[in-house]
Amino acid sequence: MSRQSNRLHQGGLIDRTREISFTFDGRALTAHPGDTLSSALLANGIHLTGRSFKYHRPRGIYTAGAEEPNALVTLGNGGRTAPNTPATMVEVYEGLEAHSQNRWPSLKFDLLAVNSLLKPFFPAGFYYKTFMWPRSFWYRLYEPMIRRAAGLGTLANESDPDHYEKAHAQCDVLIVGAGPAGLMAAREAAHSGTSVLLADDHSFPGGHLTGEAIEIDGQPCAPWAAGISDELKDMENVRLIQRTTVYGRYDGMTFGAVERVGDHLVPDSATPRQRSWTIHAKQLINATGAIERPLVFTGNDRPGVMLAGAARVYVNRFGVLPGRNVVVFTNNDDAYRTARDLSQAGATVTLVDSRAEEKVSARGILPEHVEVHFGQCISKVKGRSHVHRAMLAPSGTELDCDLVCVSGGWTPSLHLLSHVGHRPIWDEARTCFLMKEPGNDARAAGGAAATFDLNEVLSEGAKAGRAAAKSCGHGSPGNSKLPKAENLPAYALEPLWRVPGSVSRADAAFVDLQNDVTVADLELAQREGFGHAEHAKRYTTLGMATDQGKLANMNALGILAELQGCPIAETGTTTFRPLTAPVAFGAIAGQTRGKAFRPVRHSAMHHWHEIHNAVFTHAGLWMRPYYYPRKGEDFAAAVKREVLSVRSSVGMVDVSTLGKIELKGPDAGVFLDRLYINSFSRMRVNRARYGVMLREDGMVFDDGTVSRLGPDHYFITVTTANASAVMQHMEFCHQVHWPQLDVQFCTVSEAWAAMAVAGPNSRDVLARTVKGLKLDNDTFPFMAVGEGTIAGAPARIFRISFSGELAYEVYTPAGFGAGVWEAIMEAGKPDGITSYGTEAMTVMRTEKGHVAGPELDGRTTAADLGLGQMMSTRKDFIGRWMTDRSGLAGKDRLQLVGLKPVRVDETFHMGAHLVNDQGVTGVDVSQGHITTSVYSPTCGHFIGLALLRSGRARSGEQLYAVSPLHDESVTVEVVNPVFTDPNGEKMRG
Amino acid sequence: MRIPCPWCGDRPLSEFTYGGDASKKRPKHPEKASAEAWLDYVYLRDNPAGKHTEYWHHSGGCRAWLKVTRDTRSHEISKAVLARPQSDGARS
Repeated sequence: MSRQSNRLHQGGLIDRTREISFTFDGRALTAHPGDTLSSALLANGIHLTGRSFKYHRPRGIYTAGAEEPNALVTLGNGGRTAPNTPATMVEVYEGLEAHSQNRWPSLKFDLLAVNSLLKPFFPAGFYYKTFMWPRSFWYRLYEPMIRRAAGLGTLANESDPDHYEKAHAQCDVLIVGAGPAGLMAAREAAHSGTSVLLADDHSFPGGHLTGEAIEIDGQPCAPWAAGISDELKDMENVRLIQRTTVYGRYDGMTFGAVERVGDHLVPDSATPRQRSWTIHAKQLINATGAIERPLVFTGNDRPGVMLAGAARVYVNRFGVLPGRNVVVFTNNDDAYRTARDLSQAGATVTLVDSRAEEKVSARGILPEHVEVHFGQCISKVKGRSHVHRAMLAPSGTELDCDLVCVSGGWTPSLHLLSHVGHRPIWDEARTCFLMKEPGNDARAAGGAAATFDLNEVLSEGAKAGRAAAKSCGHGSPGNSKLPKAENLPAYALEPLWRVPGSVSRADAAFVDLQNDVTVADLELAQREGFGHAEHAKRYTTLGMATDQGKLANMNALGILAELQGCPIAETGTTTFRPLTAPVAFGAIAGQTRGKAFRPVRHSAMHHWHEIHNAVFTHAGLWMRPYYYPRKGEDFAAAVKREVLSVRSSVGMVDVSTLGKIELKGPDAGVFLDRLYINSFSRMRVNRARYGVMLREDGMVFDDGTVSRLGPDHYFITVTTANASAVMQHMEFCHQVHWPQLDVQFCTVSEAWAAMAVAGPNSRDVLARTVKGLKLDNDTFPFMAVGEGTIAGAPARIFRISFSGELAYEVYTPAGFGAGVWEAIMEAGKPDGITSYGTEAMTVMRTEKGHVAGPELDGRTTAADLGLGQMMSTRKDFIGRWMTDRSGLAGKDRLQLVGLKPVRVDETFHMGAHLVNDQGVTGVDVSQGHITTSVYSPTCGHFIGLALLRSGRARSGEQLYAVSPLHDESVTVEVVNPVFTDPNGEKMRG
Repeated sequence: MRIPCPWCGDRPLSEFTYGGDASKKRPKHPEKASAEAWLDYVYLRDNPAGKHTEYWHHSGGCRAWLKVTRDTRSHEISKAVLARPQSDGARS
């Protein structure tokens, strides 16, 4: 194991009494509890962590936070692989396994670094311009090649063994960020009695105070922050969630957040890895702080170049000295504290300040021996895999170094304030974009409001907390005493978007580190007319990587403004959209994956179907038996046997999936009269009738049966697919159109198991098992309804036929479903009863010319389907009045017909179009299309239903059924859609 | 987005189903209504940038149809009432 050579002997918020082991690219290393992967790597002297996206340049750790563009690693292995994870946000645990990305064969020697040498040939827009021709090469050659060459981590191909969960939270005030502003806001809001949710993306509260050497109220700032958070944790109206990134704000003050519950723990099966939160709040306080800007000069991407604030965090929070010979390059006073803290930790520090000496007030905080170069910039750094020299301009001085800390100022994090459409506005005085009008339900405090003086931050946070509480109706308990922080130098920033004039190679001065976009790329975009911020972004891909330009955007806007010679306010900004940070698919999916992806509905008889070898098919959420193959049978053979058994003897099918709605009330019949095209209010009790519902525009909506169980009591069945839509429609009609009707109804789809017993012997079979109901044709004729018992279970029996055979539908409370089904199967044994699936059911309904889903396609009227004569002319019903439109009454409508092949051995496909002339196809010559096609064992050949132009008048015509998809053209004859028992003698017998 | 259901209080969008423009009323005397009146009721819809009255069904809740006033620009909901007229109760 290697020694932690860069670990300081003291300081930092780490547990030095314990050591933990982890690996990076297979190398065994040690860390202390409290370390992040980036601090642990730096402690072990490792800066180089990956290769860049496009040019495969060596890259190192650049930040200490979520905005990290370079140090993206792949964690774990197998199904636990998590690519593109910022090393800065990974807490090290015992056994953690991390790998660098985008390098082959190894991090130190990467073959595709040749891209870097070819860089002059890879300018912005290169791919669009170069790989245009020939077109087919794009898919076969260019795209796969580019995909291999460019990129970051690789996804796992295995399923993730961990679990994720979803949670909801509600609060009055949501505070994002537990830095000084967020903590003060939470304390003030909480003391006024309002409910507070404080979400923070680090492992413990304090924000940047966890990495600073500043005193507040006479104590170091990190323990001070811990004290405030302890106070908050004791309050019942406060919920503090750590390791939580609020990634998006949505309409109605809804927020999305992800909590990394188990990412910092050794993986186990009990702890969810991450938890996805949906948060509902009344007020938002955006205390997300600010992100430091890089400085743009040649070689600014070399490992060993790091943000100044980050270097300070590594020293103060982690007790790690990331370099011993340090150059700090800044355009503001803030980085002087980096120079001071690194110097005090033992580094030799030189400071390079782009400002003139008279503008600087922070010189006094530095030890005397720290050399400062005023009015100078770093124009270039040298060192391929690690920086070793910095060249200054205009002086030409060269400085040896092993760490370059840069600070170009601070950019407020406005993401959550912008997500619902508010636009940030450029503030010239503070040199940043600010959200000046965030709406009445949001406010910013601290760095996010470009407030950088710590005492002002504390008071602004407190004020925001009071104001938010007041907006939620909670008065202030009176101003509590504000803490007092030590006075720090003013910020005094002087903009420096790129090192002026002295950038020796614009193609090696990086603006967007993650997407490898350089100053030269922006210059090209400007030259080619893509200078607007939104255009430049798309042209160069700047800001489109996983960090979404958190570091890059501000410098890019500044450079574009300089190139155009206009103020930044005129270059425009890009739009912030959720998500602010990458979120794992697992967290978004939560528990809804695999078998839990969506609910599955099983009928009460499902187990029987399973043990009788049913092949299942999905019908919405339902699993339905498709067919029941016996030994040696394929699909066609099984379906043929099932159909012939029903037609010759008896069979039974599970129809529990039908939607079932029960209605009661004096106006139930009238209500149904208004929903269906035919009438039910005068139907006799204990009778059933087929019914059709239209939409208000006259098109068929659904069909099914309506039964009258008592004077004020009806029971309807609707199609499986439309069960919930019909219920919703009925509720709309009752609540909105006819609230005066005295009727109540509810869905009972789940309450009843249902089965259809069909075939010439069905009466005999049922007569053997039904008690308390006579089934002879005179007592219980076609469309009769009655009640009896089967195997002791109550049953409603309906003499309804979908197959065209003598048939009964048997309904029993779902709990008795399996028992009743088995009793009927047992009773049917002497007749060779067979269970049949949905395919045999479809074959038989087609043979009988019954319409179903494929014919009720939302474009057919009752008349089109041959059901026009059912339509009452003596009442109002939904859809009646639009049916009279001339267009719907035209003779050239597509009408339902039957089809058969002229040569009985030929087949045709559903979806085939019907044309008059062989070989002539196209939309303009289509006469209609085939909606259903099945092999009919009863007829001995294929049969079909079709919607054919003026179809009913064309019986006997020969047409061609063409399906270019199947390379098929078949001569078919138009016939009556009822292929079997056209007079209904079997079902009435 | 949350919708304040008069029965259930503030509930998340996922519990509701959209039902379209609520400013249109089915003709009271359908047999006398002109073709134009039906055309207007069934097909013609405004698409305002601003306040819009629309039906929402609390399908994952109390099953009430609501009339909701929503600003189409901000999704701010200024009003949500039951679609069923409140004076009824008895048969008319």
